[in-house]
This record gives sequence, structure tokens and C-alpha cells, in this order.
Amino acid sequence: MTVWPRLAQARTGGLAVLVLVIALLPLALTNNFYYEVAIQVGLNAIVCVGLNLLIGYAGQISLGHAGFYALSAYTSAILTSRFGWPPGAALVVAIGSAGLVAYVVGRPILRLKGHYLAMATLGLGIIISIVIATEDRITGGPDGMAVPPLALLGFPLAGERVWYWVVGVMLVVAVWLALNLIDSPVGRALRALHGSEVAAQVAGVDPRRYKVMAFVISAVFAAVAGSLTAHYAGFITPAKATFLHSIELVTMVVLGGMASTFGAVVGAAVLTTMPQVLTALKDYEMMVFGAVLMLTMIFLPRGLVPTIGAAFARWRK
Amino acid sequence: MSLLTVDGLSKQFGGLKAVNDVSFVIEPGRVHSIIGPNGAGKTTLLNLLNGIYAPSEGRIAFDGHTLNGAPPHEFAAAGIARTFQNLQIFFNMSALENVLVGGHLRARRGLAGALLRLPGRVADERAYRDAALELMRFVGVEAYAAAPADALPYGALKRLEIARALAARPRLLLLDEPAAGLNPTETAAIDELIKRLVASGITVILVEHNMRLVMGVSDHIVVLDYGKKLAEGTAAEVRADARVIEAYLGAAQAEA
Ligand SMILES: Nc1ncnc2c1ncn2[C@@H]1O[C@H](COP(=O)(O)OP(=O)(O)OP(=O)(O)O)[C@@H](O)[C@H]1O
Ligand SMILES: [Mg+2]
Repeated sequence: MTVWPRLAQARTGGLAVLVLVIALLPLALTNNFYYEVAIQVGLNAIVCVGLNLLIGYAGQISLGHAGFYALSAYTSAILTSRFGWPPGAALVVAIGSAGLVAYVVGRPILRLKGHYLAMATLGLGIIISIVIATEDRITGGPDGMAVPPLALLGFPLAGERVWYWVVGVMLVVAVWLALNLIDSPVGRALRALHGSEVAAQVAGVDPRRYKVMAFVISAVFAAVAGSLTAHYAGFITPAKATFLHSIELVTMVVLGGMASTFGAVVGAAVLTTMPQVLTALKDYEMMVFGAVLMLTMIFLPRGLVPTIGAAFARWRK
Repeated sequence: MSLLTVDGLSKQFGGLKAVNDVSFVIEPGRVHSIIGPNGAGKTTLLNLLNGIYAPSEGRIAFDGHTLNGAPPHEFAAAGIARTFQNLQIFFNMSALENVLVGGHLRARRGLAGALLRLPGRVADERAYRDAALELMRFVGVEAYAAAPADALPYGALKRLEIARALAARPRLLLLDEPAAGLNPTETAAIDELIKRLVASGITVILVEHNMRLVMGVSDHIVVLDYGKKLAEGTAAEVRADARVIEAYLGAAQAEA
């Protein structure tokens, strides 16, 4: 009976490390710019943890998740600034509507497999980004639009230091939810679909139901990050809705390691900080992402965290 | 009362009738074997019996309910489990988790409870794991419980599939060539395992080329040839049937 305690250890151990890093990181964040980068890492990591449930665990590709991120960001922005909704209510509706769109669109497109699914999700992302860019009377079009600040229990959330903790807590919650899911009957059904769809079906897993579930959950994670980004930044543009942003997110998941929740966080951290640190690369950001994606697939097909984890396990023996 | 009734079942692939107007009755608590030369349609028949294929014609009734055209997960819910001729293992999971997936329909599957790890879920997980370990012990692969599935040798994977199928607590278990590729010792263990399964009340449909195994464990045998039912009966009856001898010898001569 050594199985159970060992699994629990990997899980709680990983969460403890994450909490520790988030708690101690401010010691190294000596100016506001560093805080901004850290917040951006956290927001991207939330998206990647969700996207990894879909891609890494359930084995279904999406090249359109920037669409859900942006859909929620703009819904929050529009409800608060054009209709005067309280930001909290707008946040809930924004996240809910991204989930609803994922459900309605997911049901037909998740019948598709492989390249066909990739193309369909790509199309979905493109449609959302075009609508945002062209409906300029409500979205501000390519110029973007301002978003009022978020308030928590009456206190407006403002400043990098406050947002750092908000995003930090949200990231820990996202990771905790994902870890819980993965080691549950639902999570195992998702992973089984990835391993052998036919065997999963024969075991009683309804593939459509569970694929759509993973799609909706991952869209909701992206939506949470999207709405938070809108309020944190105070201004949004269609740039984050584009296909390129979807590709960035997938690259983070692949680099960190598919089917590794902590990998998704590491992938987001590496690829969000890299262009900020190596400012010389900034103009070539997409080329760098492309190169990282290619090199990972060739040399590290399992991604950073699973590869390092396996090396560590061998070393311990 | 029969457990499963198959009536005029056919499956057409383009111009090929892989299963052609096959009828038989499966009695509960027994071992029924389906034998026949390569390409006779045995696997296709099993695929019809748990919904992987929808029949082109005919009827499948399990425990009095017609299951025609239902998706595989509904066959599973009705109480039919199976193993595969070509292994279908979840290689992205541990051996134990493979068995846990087999118990999918018996587990609590609410999403909110899973995400939030509501009270009770931790105890549930422990109970699922204990039950899965028990099944791994039953088929003799408990040594691999914590191992990733891709670390298991072939013979153990064959048994792991049986443990996974048993985790559903099926009433009918379909075994597609469980002894293929196994050595005589491992085959003897499968023989003994099938007897223990039947003793525990599970009805078994066995597809197998190893005639010693088939003749030893089967209460009833259906012989397929080119998709058609050629003969059926007890081991002794089938062995003595001239058409069966012809089909097997014919196949052997064609191969030689
Ligand atoms: N999905 C499919 N599409 C087209 N033809 C198929 C399909 N599945 C099986 N067949 C054909 O149907 C026939 C029966 O195949 P099946 O796999 O059922 O035979 P089998 O009796 O299980 O053979 P074996 O003993 O080699 O496992 C074969 O001619 C096979 O090529
Ligand atoms: Mg076969």
C-alpha cells in the first residue's frame, strides 16, 4: 500500500512549493516592472493549467483559447464600462458566457479529431478575434477600450502589489482544482480518452460528454484570466484575442510538459519572462515562440517538468 | 433464462459481410467460446456485442433489453465488459489507474465534488484504490500497482486488461484472445483464471485460437467461418463436426 501516500506527496509537495515560491517571490521583485511581469506570468499560468487539462490530459487540441480569454475580457469590459454593471457581477457573467460558448461550440466540434479539431478551434478563435476587432462601436475596435477597476468587498484593487496577491491566490486555486480533478474519476476518464478512446468507451466513459467537459473547464480557466487581465490592466486591445496568442498559450503548455500541471506553470513562467528579460528579442517574439515550439517537439517531446522529473527519479534510484 | 440473445446479426464492411446472419443464445454462468479461422469475424462479432460497431442487420438483446445501436458506454452500463485482442491499455496512466478507469461507472462522477475534493472524496478514492488493488491481486499483477502501465511486460498487460474489465463488476465478460502470445505457463494461468471468473458468477464469452484452452474451459462453442455460424455445441460435438474439421483443415492447407 505504498501507492496512496506517494501520490499524495507529489501533489501536496508540489502545491507547497508553489505557495512558497509565490510567497517569497516579492523579495526578489524590486520594482513595479518585475511585479508586472510576475502578474503576467500568473495570469498566463492560470490559462495554461486549464488548457493543459484539455491538451495534456484529455488529449484534445485547441488553437482557439485566446478567443475565450478575450471573450471574457471584453464581456467584463463592456458590461462595466458601457452598461455600468458592478465589476464583480460582470466578472461572473463574463466567465459564465465564455463557458456557455465553449459548451455550445464544443458539442459539435469535439466530434472531430486531430487536424480537423485543430482547424475548427482555430476557426473559432479567428471568428471571435474578428468580431472583437470589427464591432468597434461596442469594443472600441483595434484601438481597444478602457476597463474600470475591480473591487473586492468594497476595496478597489489597484496597484501591482495588490494584484500580485490576487493573481497569486487565483493561481494556487487553479492548480489545486486541476490537481483535484486529475486524481478523480472524472479526471481519469479524461486521461483514459487520451490513452485509448475505445477502451475508455468500453469502460463506460461517454467520450463526447467528457471531451466537452474538458473544453468548457479549460475555457473557464482562460476566461477567469481574461477578465482579471482586463481589470488589472485597465485597458484591453484585440491583440490578446489573436491566433498568435492562442499559439503562445499552446507553446507554454508544450514546453512545460503536457499532462503536467506544474509543467504548465513553469512553461508559462519561462515563456512570459523570456521576452521581457531578453528585450533584444522583443521584436522577434513570435519567431522565438516558433523556435521554442519546434525545438521542444524535437528534443524535449515530453516537456520540461516531466523530463526533469524522470531524470530526478532515475537519479534517486 | 438466457443472458444474451443474438438474432440474425450481420455486419457489412463495404462488399464484405464480416458477420453474416449469426444467431446464438448465451446462458448465464457459463463459458461460451467463439472459434474460427483467422478473419472469420470473431473480433467483429465481439465489437457488435459491446456497441463498438452498430449491426447492419439483426438484434442484440441483453437481459431482455434490446441494445441495438446503443453506444459502447451504454453496453458497459448494461453490464458488458471486455478485453482486446490488440491491447488497448491507457499507457498514459499507472497500472492501478487503468483498473480504476474500469470502475468508472461505479464511482461518484460529479464534477464539482471532484474539482473541490469535497469531504468524502478522499475516502472514496481510498476505497476505489483498495478495490482495484484487490482485483490486481485476483489476476496476479498486484506487483505492478504503482508502475506506469508502459513498464509492464506483455503477459501482465493482458491480465491488467482483465482486471480493468472486472472493475466494472460486469455480468458478461468478452475476452478476445486472452492467451495470444503467452507461453504455456501463462496460458495455464489464464485457463485457471477463467474458471475462477465463472465460479464467481460471471458469464464469459471467449474468443481464442488455443484449442486446448478452448476445449478445456468451454461449456458451449460457436464456430464461425467467413462470418457465418458453421456449427455450435459442446466441445465434443464441435470437435466431431465434419464441417468444422473441414474449415480448420482447409485453412491449414491453404496456409501450408
Ligand atoms: N473496420 C473494418 N473495416 C473493414 N473490414 C474489416 C474491419 N474489421 C474487420 N474487417 C474484416 O472483417 C473480417 C473479419 O475480421 P475479424 O477481425 O473480425 O476476424 P477474426 O475472426 O477476429 O480474426 P483473427 O482470428 O485474425 O483475430 C476480416 O476479413 C477483416 O479484414
Ligand atoms: Mg480477432
